[in-house]
Amino acid sequence: MPTAVIDNIEIKQGGREGSPPPPPAGGDDSSRGPGGDASAVTRRAYFTGLTLALGGILMFFMALTSAYIVRKGLGENWQAIALPRILWLNTAVLLASSATIEIARRKLARSAMGAFRAWWWVTTTLGVAFLVGQLVAWREMVERGIYLAGSPASSFFYVLTASHGLHLVGGIVFLFYVAFRAWSRSSISQGTAAELAAVYWHFMDGLWVFLLLLVSLGQ
Amino acid sequence: MVTHEEGGAHAHHPPTGFIRKYIFSTDHKVIGIQYILLALLSVFVGMTLSLFMRIHLAWPDAHIPFFKDGIITPEQYLALMTMHGTIMVFMVLTTAPQSGFGNYFMPLQIGAADMAFPVLNMLSFWVTFVSLVVMLAAFFVTAGAPISGWTAYAPLSALGEIAGPGQGTGQTLWVIGLAIFCLASLLGALNFITTTIDLRARGLSLLRMPLTCWTWFVTAILGLLAFGVLLAACILLLLDRVAGTSFFIPGGLILSDKAVNHAGGSPLLWQHLFWFFGHPEVYIAILPGMGVASHVLSTFARKPVFGYRAMVFAVCGIGFLGFMVWGHHMFMSGMSPYSALAFSLLTMSIGVPSAIKTFNWLGTLWGGKIQFTSPMLFAIGFVSLFVTGGVTGLFLAQPAVDIALHDTPFVVAHFHIIMGVAAIFGIFAATYFWFSKMFGRMMSEPLGKIHFWFTFIGVYLIFMPMHFQGLFGQPRRIPDFSNYDFLPPMMPIQKFISVAAIVTISAQLIFLINFLYSLKWGKKAEMNPWRATTLEWTVPSPPPHDNFGGHVPVVYRGPYEFSVPGMTEDFLPQHLAPEKVAKS
Repeated sequence: MPTAVIDNIEIKQGGREGSPPPPPAGGDDSSRGPGGDASAVTRRAYFTGLTLALGGILMFFMALTSAYIVRKGLGENWQAIALPRILWLNTAVLLASSATIEIARRKLARSAMGAFRAWWWVTTTLGVAFLVGQLVAWREMVERGIYLAGSPASSFFYVLTASHGLHLVGGIVFLFYVAFRAWSRSSISQGTAAELAAVYWHFMDGLWVFLLLLVSLGQ
Repeated sequence: MVTHEEGGAHAHHPPTGFIRKYIFSTDHKVIGIQYILLALLSVFVGMTLSLFMRIHLAWPDAHIPFFKDGIITPEQYLALMTMHGTIMVFMVLTTAPQSGFGNYFMPLQIGAADMAFPVLNMLSFWVTFVSLVVMLAAFFVTAGAPISGWTAYAPLSALGEIAGPGQGTGQTLWVIGLAIFCLASLLGALNFITTTIDLRARGLSLLRMPLTCWTWFVTAILGLLAFGVLLAACILLLLDRVAGTSFFIPGGLILSDKAVNHAGGSPLLWQHLFWFFGHPEVYIAILPGMGVASHVLSTFARKPVFGYRAMVFAVCGIGFLGFMVWGHHMFMSGMSPYSALAFSLLTMSIGVPSAIKTFNWLGTLWGGKIQFTSPMLFAIGFVSLFVTGGVTGLFLAQPAVDIALHDTPFVVAHFHIIMGVAAIFGIFAATYFWFSKMFGRMMSEPLGKIHFWFTFIGVYLIFMPMHFQGLFGQPRRIPDFSNYDFLPPMMPIQKFISVAAIVTISAQLIFLINFLYSLKWGKKAEMNPWRATTLEWTVPSPPPHDNFGGHVPVVYRGPYEFSVPGMTEDFLPQHLAPEKVAKS
């Protein structure tokens, strides 16, 4: 490995003091230690990355939401649909999973591995249960003759629930990843990964509550 | 977010196998070059399409290769136009300045060993590649490529085959390709922002970053906020096409004597979603060019950038305002005059940060010891084009003027100059400036200058006459003018533009030859041939796999310390410790 940094300017000694000496390291980075603690930097980068990803996802759903509001505002052919009652049960399940992932994360922070695993699996199961519940809701709507191409309100219902469901599938993959990855060989700890997963999970939870309010009150 | 690689300042071990090193590489420098090659391939495809269009416009009876009986039908003309726009905007102007040069030089300029998420970076590139393949595949399906323009206005884009050739499978491939591109761009944007926020070298505060990094940063933020919206729009459009929904298709449509079985969608909704993305997209294309122009002007004027902070605020201001002006693309849609007024005023207010930038570029040049190298010429060309294209933007920002000019080549000239050609000049400036760093050899200066003059004069000869065509009332998107009594007198101008286009496009071969020749036989480059100040010039050319050899650079000052009084050298690198600075 060649030494990469070479000062390529000729250094001449002597001479009077000219311009004021530039400040050493400064600006908004003063909190960072010399060279930066690599694992702290990596951990922070993951949190920044996740926050940004959630920002991008939020924009995606805001686009759908504004399309929903605009389309409904046009009024034409808008038929309100009765939402399947199981959605409320699904919501309760998802809210419960947010609580359990929080418990799991705190157990891990206290290195209670057994309890962490148990609560983590409870969370994963609740997540899968939510998705199954959403499929049941779809099934019920199909039986009532409400299809994707049926009316604008039903189109939006399917698009919104499917988009959210896909993101939640991503969340479940994330949960499995945290549970099964060999963290000893990773640049971040399992605790950090669990924290990241929990943030994502809570976000998906909040997003669902928002979408449910949109399709139930927004009609 | 499943990435295995680590960020931070570790010594990375270079991969050894060919595939890990050059194909599925996680090295930001290799990925940057991959993006640049993808853009280079795309730009030649896009240029060829425009060449076909220009030849057909000027000589409608000319025999054109690759077309049945050598004739371009009106539908094929629209397909050429659609794919030219799509490929140029997405695969060239979005990839090369940001994902290409940004990928290569942003980590180097901020003193990082790589991007924050190298595996994600690799994924962004390969997803982009897949999207290019899917889009190009539209040329090879039975009915050919779509004809609905790069903006794919509904309901034309939403109805399927019944709406015309290319609107079947071709348009479906187009929508899927674009959706894939959105995903790739989102991943890339996330990586750029995280890297800029978290991996800067010690001492490199935000207000010490080179302006190139600032523009890549703001561009990435625009991408993160805009591409999600386009993705949502693409999904709704795809559902209208394949699943029978009616998001964008209005009721009561009758096409080719057949009633369309859709009801109550809003074509305007597509326009709002598309342009909410589309206007920021314009800045995604041009902002990195502004960064490169600032950087290169300062380096070759041997002067600090005039008003560095104002430049930073102007870039942020342009990015912010970029999200509030999408309606100015829709003045023709019958929007309320009050909305049009609001969009018009907001659009004109972008003139303020743009003028700040222009005057600061001129201020940077003023009184400098200017070196007219190839990158400098292209940077000055960028400023010229930015002003020319920007001024017509103020015309078009007035709804009353826009309604007269919108469907004419006046608009074509405006957006080509400001977002197309100016951005390309930024790319050329970046290529001539950083080629030595990327490949260890210099590009030929004489060839670079010949290339500049041909291109600079050429693009003005192509696009200036289009303004007059527009004022004359010539419609755009029309392949054959013989059906309009008032247009034949304009044919000489039409031919003039086509000849200028053929010459200018041919002159790009000079660049291609220079590029390829210099790769192999160019003069060996020193580490810092331009005597520049930023961190990428402190490492060998090309830089090693881990950029700084596991060492973390420390930054002591801003990026443009040229001609500091009392110094032996006329440049003061960012990394040079104060005690090492030589004074005269």
